[in-house]
Amino acid sequence: MAPSASQESGLSAVPSYEEEQSQARFDALIGKDSRVEPRDWMPEAYRKTLTRQVSQHAHSEIIGMQPEANWITRAPSLKRKSILMAKVQDEAGHGLYLYSAAETLGTSRDELNDQLLTGRAKYSSIFNYTARSWADMGAIGWLVDGAAIANQVPLCRASYGPYGRAMVRICKEESFHQRQGFEILLALSRGTEAQKKMAQDAINRFYEPSLMMFGPPDDQSPNSQQSMAWNIKRFSNDELRQRFVGMIAEQVKVLGMTLPDPELHFDEEKKQWIHKDLNWDEFMNVIKGNGPANSQRLERRREAHREGAWVREAASAYAAKQAQSEVA
Amino acid sequence: MKHEELDAELDSFGDALASATRVTPGNALRPEDIAVNGQAPSEQVAKYALTLGDDSLILAQRLAHWISRAPELEEDVALGNIALDILGHARSFLTYASLAWDKTEDDLAYWREEEEFTSLWIVEQPNGHFGVTIIRQLIVSIFQHLLYRELTASTDETLAAIAAKAVKEVDYHRDHATAWTIRLGQGTEESAEKMRHALEILWPYVDEMFRDEQIHQDLEGVAVLPSTLRQAWDEQIGAVLTEAGLQIPATGQAMAHGRIGEHSEHLGYLLAEMQVLARKHPGASW
Repeated sequence: MAPSASQESGLSAVPSYEEEQSQARFDALIGKDSRVEPRDWMPEAYRKTLTRQVSQHAHSEIIGMQPEANWITRAPSLKRKSILMAKVQDEAGHGLYLYSAAETLGTSRDELNDQLLTGRAKYSSIFNYTARSWADMGAIGWLVDGAAIANQVPLCRASYGPYGRAMVRICKEESFHQRQGFEILLALSRGTEAQKKMAQDAINRFYEPSLMMFGPPDDQSPNSQQSMAWNIKRFSNDELRQRFVGMIAEQVKVLGMTLPDPELHFDEEKKQWIHKDLNWDEFMNVIKGNGPANSQRLERRREAHREGAWVREAASAYAAKQAQSEVA
Repeated sequence: MKHEELDAELDSFGDALASATRVTPGNALRPEDIAVNGQAPSEQVAKYALTLGDDSLILAQRLAHWISRAPELEEDVALGNIALDILGHARSFLTYASLAWDKTEDDLAYWREEEEFTSLWIVEQPNGHFGVTIIRQLIVSIFQHLLYRELTASTDETLAAIAAKAVKEVDYHRDHATAWTIRLGQGTEESAEKMRHALEILWPYVDEMFRDEQIHQDLEGVAVLPSTLRQAWDEQIGAVLTEAGLQIPATGQAMAHGRIGEHSEHLGYLLAEMQVLARKHPGASW
């Protein structure tokens, strides 16, 4: 949305009558837990927060394709190859819906892509870990997609309409993704000693990073309060982490594997799961760019963008010629 | 939260959208159905099915590499879709073939040696830049579309059924490659030059597709004689290239004999990558 005249002239500190009315209508929508749609007036901070969140989510889908694409050509059976290809392709589709939702907030996909390629935008830090074995396809599906679902199901009710609707579709597919991950691990857990070892190793490596996907503990998460007030976020980071850890604590038993957390138990008195202290120093370090694959992930995107430039230019030139010949 | 609870929560949103993935029940004639219900083909029919399966398997393996590397996200999705379709065809043909030897699709994909593969050289060619992949796809999709259309009339019911499903999908692959060939041929001078280059490096593998082998002659009524597809293929690809402002290049034809196990130098690397994990764990299930 273009800045209003009063904002441009530095008078934005004093809202106009129209702005006060708009703010009141917006507050009423949020108060009724209704949806905000693209043409509705919204506070700039709401727009900015959502643009950041939705585009980060889109970037995460796109960067998140890479660790799994790393195993498509080596998948150990044709059925697994087929499922993995479908999954990674779904992620590209999720990225597309989410970029579309972000565009309705007024920032173009080109600009969002540029933010990613220049390192100005963030994406989910977990994808900066490497996918070292086939079992990682299982652990990523089960733990990483599992954490993503726990995060995302409440977002289906996010106050911004296009985001909530995109999330419904995405969550349905993510649920399938999580199952295929679990199924990969299940097959490995019933396999040879080498396969079991591969599965346990992958679980060990992805357990802690997946718990950190929910973000810092509530007392250290400054933006959460505002997002909850706006009905974007419905549960706190710690509440979601609780939900997730409870789920995987049960599911790991089916696998006959263990989670690398001797402290993990349900505290009957507090009615909550207790897990080990997470390594937030590492988390921050990976966010800063020092994870195993930060450099590689971004470079792959840049390379695809660079090498595809001539294709996009040709497509635009062709479209322009077509438009011209239609006019003529 | 358990899976059932998640399902209930998702269903509560009342949106009946299915997964975009193809790995859903209800798709007719999945490889799993052939494995369970299929009748074993004769040795000859199995060898023929193997040639069709190998072409598709190698091409799908090539195309899959584009996922996460395409010029735009829409093409990650499109090339991924095409690769998935083609892998599906490969799985159906290989599964059917495997029944003749009491094997599985994976035995055939992962445990045969290079000289036992029967793929055509055109599908083995590296992806190159996007234009090379598009021209390779144009050449193969037009060919496969004509082939599968004829194969639906095969006296072998399983081959006819696989072809009936495949022909619809390949029709879309042909449209996709055609649209991009025209776009890139007419786009910019740079893109037109890249397309001319792609045609030059791939055209030497065209004749091999249409060569009749003994197996085609022996399976009259079951197999499609490739030579009978040539005229229609020439007409179709000629029309696309003309619209794109491109020409059939004046190249020679490579002495390519993939059908008898003599392959381009590229296949060995492709197989090494595809087979490495499966071969590290003999006898394992995945």
